[in-house]
Amino acid sequence: MATMNIIQAVGDALHVAMQADEKVVVLGEDVGKFGGVFRATVGLQQAFGDDRVIDTPLAESGIIGAAIGMALYGMRPVAEIQFSDFIYPAYDQIVNELAKYRYRSAGLFPSPLVIRTPFGGGIRGGHYHSQSPESVFAHQAGLVLVAPSNPYDAKGLLLSAIFADDPVMVLEPKRVYRGPDHGTNWGSHKKSEVPSGDYRVPIGKAEVARPRTGRGIAVSLITYGAMVHTCDKAAELAAQEGIDVEILDLRTLVPYDLERVAEAGRATGRVVVANEAPRMCGYAAEMSAVIQEQCFDWLQAPIVRVTGWDTPFPYTLENDYLPSPARVLDALRTVAHYR
Amino acid sequence: MTARTAQNPPELASANPSYNDFEQNTTSPFPTLTVGATADQLGLFRVLSPDGKIIQPDSDLENGTGVSDADALAMLRSMVRQRVLDDRMLALQRQGRIGFYGAATGQEAGTIAAGHALELRDWIHPALREGGMLLHRGWPLWQYLAQIFGNQDDTSTKGRQMPCHYGSREFGYVTLSSVMATQMPQAVGTAYAMAMQHAAPDRPICLGAIGDGATSEGDFHVAMTFAGVMRPRGLGLPLLLYVQNNQWAISTPVAKQTAAPTLASKALGYGLVGARVDGNDALAVLRVMRAAADHVRRGGVPVFVEAVTYRVGAHTTSDDPSRYRDERVTQQWAALDPIERLHNYLKIRGIWQDADLQALREHSDEEVRSTLAKVEQVPPVALETLFEDVYAKVPPHLQAQLAEARRYHAKAQ
Repeated sequence: MATMNIIQAVGDALHVAMQADEKVVVLGEDVGKFGGVFRATVGLQQAFGDDRVIDTPLAESGIIGAAIGMALYGMRPVAEIQFSDFIYPAYDQIVNELAKYRYRSAGLFPSPLVIRTPFGGGIRGGHYHSQSPESVFAHQAGLVLVAPSNPYDAKGLLLSAIFADDPVMVLEPKRVYRGPDHGTNWGSHKKSEVPSGDYRVPIGKAEVARPRTGRGIAVSLITYGAMVHTCDKAAELAAQEGIDVEILDLRTLVPYDLERVAEAGRATGRVVVANEAPRMCGYAAEMSAVIQEQCFDWLQAPIVRVTGWDTPFPYTLENDYLPSPARVLDALRTVAHYR
Repeated sequence: MTARTAQNPPELASANPSYNDFEQNTTSPFPTLTVGATADQLGLFRVLSPDGKIIQPDSDLENGTGVSDADALAMLRSMVRQRVLDDRMLALQRQGRIGFYGAATGQEAGTIAAGHALELRDWIHPALREGGMLLHRGWPLWQYLAQIFGNQDDTSTKGRQMPCHYGSREFGYVTLSSVMATQMPQAVGTAYAMAMQHAAPDRPICLGAIGDGATSEGDFHVAMTFAGVMRPRGLGLPLLLYVQNNQWAISTPVAKQTAAPTLASKALGYGLVGARVDGNDALAVLRVMRAAADHVRRGGVPVFVEAVTYRVGAHTTSDDPSRYRDERVTQQWAALDPIERLHNYLKIRGIWQDADLQALREHSDEEVRSTLAKVEQVPPVALETLFEDVYAKVPPHLQAQLAEARRYHAKAQ
């Protein structure tokens, strides 16, 4: 056990995987000598050489295209896309190639690989270092999408992803890479205790990030990634007003833990779904629809979504764009007091 | 110095080959396979003249051509079968028995000879017209036809893709997608994995095939860039990038794809080896591709080869070339037929006669017809295949959707 932040946990997972299996290679822009712009791959090239930790030319479709070719021939590539905002040159490779390879080849040519990419705002990154693209990729059958919210899950999910039989996109919550909030570190957070060596967090399983206390009006709050921590603050405030919140951290977005989601909907009948991405056709829309389908008879209030606005991600006003604890709190009040 | 005016525009280079160059009985020297050798990229290597005569016999080489009779005959058999097969498939499409087809008519040498230059352990990331390579490697004809029908015997795609999207892991032919140029960066990655798993000089190699139109796509340039830069184990990638320049991308001529003097000349800017060859000359394609394969197998810089040919047919069965090109020009190029050329060469060698060609055509036709009769009887794919292979295991949400689809499938019957 060691105390780690998310960056350290990701780096540790890569070390463990590369040590365990020489088929694992890491490729991307600046991942080698420099160790990545977020420092997630520090020390990897020194440990495993520049044939296995590859500094690529600056071309995302080449990174993903080459990774697909490697995977087809039996390697286990872990590709880094420096910011998920820059993933779109590789969109064709991801959507038309990677996601469909197993299917279109009758199972002859699976291409299991991992795409690690930081997502989400709150780092003063403007349009192009802040977006949340999960819905765009959730819509593409054949991809697995995971989004850890803490160091323990970041390592365990990445190891599951690397040794999975399917292509997995790991959306890393960059705002909370080094601490659950601005100016904090992961220090005493219970999920910063990271076991050494190999362990796996299962793909497809959600987890309760904050249990209900049994005191107050019960509300289920469904979220993932960095928003888990925004939601936790809101839940703290809500508790003072007699609202008893369970936070469900989805961890896997595709294929998501339908059983656990439906359970949450039925347990309280009052549901808030929060995501940073725009509202239109966003991930929260899928959650709202499925809970409505599965839990209609249990619902005590309309499901409320808390999301980014349907605008491009802004620079100066990013804190007005991002769902704040206050906005989440308001949604919790709305569903708690609905009658 | 003349001022440039609207009446006197600067002369633009053109990658559209001149027919006259192909009619001539001339050749450039055999490519040197060195980086920066512009003569290799701007010239045109040929072994045979259009009437099948050896242009410059080389007494140091077997048969004066460097190609054994066994190799020449093996290629001719596959080329003739491909022609017969393509003609039959085009007829079938007109009868409404298959939905789509992309023929390689006139490009049989570019397809079969390039495939013949490879070993069976080598992999191919194909474009649309490379299906003949897969058959030439020994893939059964019934599988080829089953893919076109998308029936239960379709091992390439389980009925999930349009015709001509063949694939076989056993025969190292990666299942085609309809998307342009995406296979090229993938071929780079496959070659990289080969280099990591097998030591030079005895290692498998990967061929990435593309058409002239798709060389305008970003992924082509990305692949060329990566191919030059990536050096696993300190060696060049075991990678051949191969463009069949058939001069037409549906209705767009290659001169509207690029102002480069030749496609092969693009190799220069990426630090790759480039070579240009007459794509209707099976012996020339085989010799260049064999030398290139040997070069990259041993760890040389990856090679980009342009085989110049002509699409004498339509792009696919959905196309009508008479709307956009002068079919008299097409007839000129069609006269440079690769099958006739190889056939005449073998006749001159004295080991082959007109009757042999006729017998080969009839044999191929019979083989296609009898296989077709069987394949047409195979039932369509089962409903559950719609939900299989999306992921390694069918996840719960797709199990639920299969159950839902099954209710309606049952009602529909």
